[in-house]
Amino acid sequence: MNGIRDALIITKRQLLQLTRVPEVLIFTTIQPVMFVLLFRYVFGGLGVGIKGGYVQLLMPGIFVQTVAFTLAATAQGLAQDMEKGLIDRFRSLPIARSAVVVGRTLGDGLLNIVVLVVMGLAGFIVGWRPTSGVFHILLGFLMLLFFGYSLSWAGIFAGLISKDARVVANVSFLFIFPLTFLSNAFASTTSMPKALQYFAEWNPVSTMVAAARQLFGFHNTFGVTAHSLPSEHPIQTSLVYMVLIMGIFIPLSVRRYKTASSR
Amino acid sequence: MKSVVAENIVKTYRKGAVLALDGLSLDVEEGTVLSVLGPNGAGKTTLVRVLSTLLEPDSGHATVGGIDVIKNPKGVREIIGLSGQYAAVDETLTGWDNLVMFGQLYHLSGAAARQRATELLAQFSLADAAHRPIKTFSGGMRRRLDLAASLIIRPKVLFLDEPTTGLDPRGRMEMWGVIEDLVREGVTLLLTTQYLEEADQLADDIVVIDHGRVIAHGTSDELKNQVGGERVEIVVAEANVSPATEIIERVTHGQATVDQGLRKISVPVSDGTQTLIAVIRAFDEAGIHALDLALKRPSLDDVFLSLTGHVAEEEVVVEPGKKKRGARA
Ligand SMILES: Nc1ncnc2c1ncn2[C@@H]1O[C@H](COP(=O)(O)OP(=O)(O)OP(=O)(O)O)[C@@H](O)[C@H]1O
Ligand SMILES: [Mg+2]
Repeated sequence: MNGIRDALIITKRQLLQLTRVPEVLIFTTIQPVMFVLLFRYVFGGLGVGIKGGYVQLLMPGIFVQTVAFTLAATAQGLAQDMEKGLIDRFRSLPIARSAVVVGRTLGDGLLNIVVLVVMGLAGFIVGWRPTSGVFHILLGFLMLLFFGYSLSWAGIFAGLISKDARVVANVSFLFIFPLTFLSNAFASTTSMPKALQYFAEWNPVSTMVAAARQLFGFHNTFGVTAHSLPSEHPIQTSLVYMVLIMGIFIPLSVRRYKTASSR
Repeated sequence: MKSVVAENIVKTYRKGAVLALDGLSLDVEEGTVLSVLGPNGAGKTTLVRVLSTLLEPDSGHATVGGIDVIKNPKGVREIIGLSGQYAAVDETLTGWDNLVMFGQLYHLSGAAARQRATELLAQFSLADAAHRPIKTFSGGMRRRLDLAASLIIRPKVLFLDEPTTGLDPRGRMEMWGVIEDLVREGVTLLLTTQYLEEADQLADDIVVIDHGRVIAHGTSDELKNQVGGERVEIVVAEANVSPATEIIERVTHGQATVDQGLRKISVPVSDGTQTLIAVIRAFDEAGIHALDLALKRPSLDDVFLSLTGHVAEEEVVVEPGKKKRGARA
C-alpha cells in the first residue's frame, strides 16, 4: 500500500516538473503532430487503392512509433536522476524499492495519454477515420498505451545501467529506429526480401501496428507470414510480447535499482 | 552509547581491483561529532555510502543507532539523514517542491510536509528563494537545501559528506553555522572533510583515513599537538634579523627558527591571533618593518607529512599482491 503511495509521489514530481518547465510538454506533443503532418502529406499519395486513403494505415504506424519512443524518454529521465545523484537520495529514504521506477513508468504513461489524444485529433483533422466503433477504438488506444508502458520498463533498465543521460537516449534510438522501420508501420512488408519479411512481421512493433489497425477497423496485409500467428492473432501476439518485455525488465530493473549508484 | 559502529569494513570496486576501504573501523558516541578527515580517494564517500545503506561492504559489520546496516537497511534509513558529496535535489523543481516531496516520501501527511518545508526553508535562510527553481541557486544555497532535505524527519544520526567542498569562504562559514546549530540540538554527526580546519571547528573527535585505513584517531588538540600546532611566520625588511628574532622570542616565549636567506622567522605559538597582535605591537615600538606576516595553521598535508612521513597520494590500482600508487594531482 505504502509502495503505491510512494510511487505516486514520484509520479506527481514528474507532473510538477512539467508545470515548471512547460516546454517539455509542448515539444513532446508537437513532435508527433509534426510526424502526422509530414507522413500524411509526404507519403499520403502512396497507398493508392486503399479505402479511405493511405492515412488509415499510416496513423497506427505513427501511434506505435511514438509510444515506442517512450523507451528513450524513460531511459533518459532515469539516467538524469542517476547523474544528479537523486537516485542516491531516494535510495537513502525508507521507501519501497520499487517506488522510484514504478513512479517514473506511470508518469511517462500519463504523458503518453496526452500525446495519444493530441495525435488522434491531429490524425482526425488530416482525414484519419477509424471505422470500428467507440469500444474498439478505446481498446486500440489502451493497447498502445500499454505497449508504451511495457517499453518504459526496458527504458528503466537502460537508464539504470547507463550513467549518461544523453548517451542512453541515443543508444535507445539506435534500437527503436530499426525496429520501427523494419516493420509494417510505414510500408507494407510484402515488398521486402523474404527473410526480412519474417523478421518484420514477427517484430513486436509490427504486431502492435497490425493489432492497432485491426482495432481501428482496417486490415493489415501480410506477406510470407500470411497464415502465421502474428497475422492471425496480432492482438494476442502483441499482448504476449508486452507481458514478456515486462516479465524480463521489471525484475531486472528492481534488482538493479537495489544496488544502483550514481558513480 | 555508540550511535555508529563500523568494524573491519572492506569494500572493493571493479571486482576487487580497487580497494576503497581496507578493514576500516570506527565509532561515534551518541550526541557527538566525528570528523573523518582524508585526502581525495581516501575512502570517505565509500564509508558514508556503506553506513547509509547505499553500498554493501564486501566484509565487515556496521550498525547505526544499534541497527545493522546490512541486515536491516530499511530500519537504518528510517533514522538517518544523508547529504552526499554533491547536492542531490531535483533541479527543475523549486526548493519548496523538493522539500514537500521528500517530506511526503518520509510519509508525512501533505499538511505536515508543507509545514516542515516552511520551517526548514526559514531555518536555512532559504525562505526568500523558496519558490525559485534550484537551477537558479548558488552552490551554497544548493548545499543548504540538500542538508535541509536530509533533516526532514529530524534524524538521530546525520551523515554529511564534504559539506563545504566547493563553497566560497562565506558559504563555508554559513554552512559551519548551520551545522553547529544542529549539533547543539543534539544530533549525532559523522562528517567527512579534507580540511583540518573544518574538523577542528566542528568535531569532537577526528579520525584520519588514508587508503581506506584509519591512520590516526584523537581529538583535534591531540592531533594538532602531534603535528605541531600553529606557527607565526614573519619576513623582515632588515638584512639583520637578530633584533626581530629577539623580540619574537621574548613575546612568544618560543624557540624561533630563522631562514637567513629569506629573512624569515618562524615560531610555534599556542594562541595564534593574540600572539600575532602582540608581535606586531612590539615590532611597531621597536621600529622594525615586517614585509610579510602570517599565522600558519597545520593543513591536512602537514598532518599527513607528520603522520605518514609522506604527502597524501592517491591509490590507483591494487592488484593482488602489489600496490601501485600515483602522486595526487
Ligand atoms: N564506482 C567506483 N568504481 C571504481 N572505483 C571507485 C568507485 N568509487 C570510488 N572508487 C575508488 O575508491 C577509492 C575511494 O573513493 P572514495 O570516493 O570513497 O574517496 P573519497 O575519500 O570520498 O574521495 P574524494 O575526496 O575525492 O571525494 C578511490 O581510489 C576511488 O577512485
Ligand atoms: Mg568523496
